[in-house]
Amino acid sequence: MDGTPLDGNAMAGDLREIFAVDVTAARYLCAGCTHTDAVGTLLLWHQSPGLVARCPNCEDVVITVVRAPDRVFLDLRGSVRLEVPLEGS
Amino acid sequence: MGIISRGFGGRRRESVPGLPPGQYLTHDFPVLSAGPTPRIPLDRWRFTITTETGEKTSWNWAEFQALPAEDVTVDIHCVTKWSKLGTTWRGVSLDTLLENVESAADYTMVHSFGGYTTNVPMEDLLDGKAWVAYKFDGEDLQPEHGGPARLVVPHLYFWKSAKWVNGLQLMPEDEPGFWEAAGYHMYGDPWHEQRYQGD
Ligand SMILES: [Zn+2]
Repeated sequence: MDGTPLDGNAMAGDLREIFAVDVTAARYLCAGCTHTDAVGTLLLWHQSPGLVARCPNCEDVVITVVRAPDRVFLDLRGSVRLEVPLEGS
Repeated sequence: MGIISRGFGGRRRESVPGLPPGQYLTHDFPVLSAGPTPRIPLDRWRFTITTETGEKTSWNWAEFQALPAEDVTVDIHCVTKWSKLGTTWRGVSLDTLLENVESAADYTMVHSFGGYTTNVPMEDLLDGKAWVAYKFDGEDLQPEHGGPARLVVPHLYFWKSAKWVNGLQLMPEDEPGFWEAAGYHMYGDPWHEQRYQGD
């Protein structure tokens, strides 16, 4: 059996524990290829020791999420920036 | 206790020899992947050791197959908590691969096709503790399990046993690889439950 990626919306639950805003609606700017789109459109590899969200354009890793029992590690190594829409503005 | 006790008649966890703390036994071989499975034609396969001074030693598939191989039976432990006991592999020992490499490096970065990396101290690769394996259970190693060849370092959590391995960078200082930079432990000893940074 080969792992098949989900889309980045499947990260919503884990990210909601860290951020007060819906990060899946934020736009990422891929450090590898400058592709930009909503975090929810990233390719999410979930059958692994953590969540690995890759750019659908260049397959570089944009975001990883590692859950420990008492901590969550969020690594944004492949994202130049996140643009987060704010409600009510 | 409920009407049916889960433990009744079963083996208590601590009674299974060879099972590190917090692990459970599995008899299948779960596939974990952090990205697409690379398909590497054997005529494009190469394994390269690069020393801290930049000197390279490299083998193509035919040269690699001509090296003395070993058959080993080892227990493997995944950080996602499954352990599989008595797995059988055929591969080339890192002692053989590093035999004629001049280096004073104490650390290594393991590199794979597809871009995966993981750091392993040099002493954990030597003295019969690690292999670049190309057969599992008597069969050619399948791509989803890391074929054509993967590292097998069974005394560390299995994320250190990089799939699709293609080289070793020898380093004077320790540096984090892919999962280590993302929050996992720099060393990853299953007997000390070194799962995450700070454990
Ligand atoms: Zn990209």
